[in-house]
Amino acid sequence: MPKETAVPLHAIISDSRDDILKEWIKAQLDDTSRSQAVPDASIKASSTEFFKLFERAISNGNISDIDRSEWEEVRHMLSDLSASRATQGSTPSETARFIFSMKQPLFARLTKDKSGPDAGAAVWELSLLLDKLGLYTTETFQKTRESIIKRQQKEMMEMSTPVIKVWDGLLAVPLIGTLDSARTQIVMETLLQKIIDTGSKLAILDITGVPTVDTQTAQHLMKTVSATRLMGAECIISGIRPQIAQTIVHLGIDINDIVTKASMADAIKEALARGGWTFEKQAENN
Amino acid sequence: MAPVLLVTQDLRTEDDLVHMRAAVKMHASDLGFSSLNQTKIMTAASELGRNTIEHGLGGLVIIEHLREPERNGIRLTFKDEGPGIHDHALALSDGYTSKKGLGLGLSGSKRLMDEFDLISPPGTVITVVKWM
Repeated sequence: MPKETAVPLHAIISDSRDDILKEWIKAQLDDTSRSQAVPDASIKASSTEFFKLFERAISNGNISDIDRSEWEEVRHMLSDLSASRATQGSTPSETARFIFSMKQPLFARLTKDKSGPDAGAAVWELSLLLDKLGLYTTETFQKTRESIIKRQQKEMMEMSTPVIKVWDGLLAVPLIGTLDSARTQIVMETLLQKIIDTGSKLAILDITGVPTVDTQTAQHLMKTVSATRLMGAECIISGIRPQIAQTIVHLGIDINDIVTKASMADAIKEALARGGWTFEKQAENN
Repeated sequence: MAPVLLVTQDLRTEDDLVHMRAAVKMHASDLGFSSLNQTKIMTAASELGRNTIEHGLGGLVIIEHLREPERNGIRLTFKDEGPGIHDHALALSDGYTSKKGLGLGLSGSKRLMDEFDLISPPGTVITVVKWM
């Protein structure tokens, strides 16, 4: 059973509802550390709505456990608020201050009419409640941020492995960053699909942007080359820097059956020559 | 002179490997290693760090700066409390793999670095040094 408070909290709040709300909104608007991410009108609207739900929740007498059903509406509203503020670009402390700024106007009411141990106890209980609600907003805020980061990582992963059509029948894949299993999987899938879509016979994998080639990276590259071969196309690996070349030799990785070129330009030249293309520079006009 | 501890880092996930490689590169470059040697050290660290995670079930790496009157070096120590390596000669032979890798991680790292020391079991402690 939720504990009854010593002071009739709900009654005190209902009596001076409008004043508390006004002071609370004013405290938020006057906050000098506030960024301009949230417009004034939206602060007023969300404060009014929150206060309505807060008052309703408090009327049930339970002010210690916000996980219970009577606080569901409040929690729901706070999650929406934190989530929308996280995407709008508010800071986490700014979002938490939405709740914490309620303390001053509320506590003032609690201690105005009464003094003594009862008022002290009520302030303490209310303070605990507001702390819990404040932490709840911060947690939701954090969760929203995390989901944004996860989505961006996924987008980056997909964007960072483009397959480019360089010429008729020639594809190029510039690889940038660490080539782990997940990246390799995406590269392989997009490359093989593009080989079918464009009917390409040759693909260039450029590793200029791959910082280290260890045995696992090499194995991933070889798997991609093998899969390409199974599709009836050939692979050239380009962008092998001198340091990487020497490291591969020391590691003892055997890449004899893979065609490699120092630069992407060399690889394109080789690929076009294989396709029967020849190029010559036009004589310059004097 | 006593070695200077540069950094100690946990090795549990693939992300830890990325951080470790960045830390190794930064310290190797600060100490003045050539671009080629930086790449060699990073690659060896990558191999040994992956072993710590995959075979040793996670552990840690210690990066130290070795100071001697005539020369400077970097020392990487990989420690784990996994099942350990029982047959050192077999584990260090080219092409031997207990999983499905190329079987070149240990032997390759040994070739990339100047000194290589393996203590196991119990657990595994691998120490590698590159001199400038």
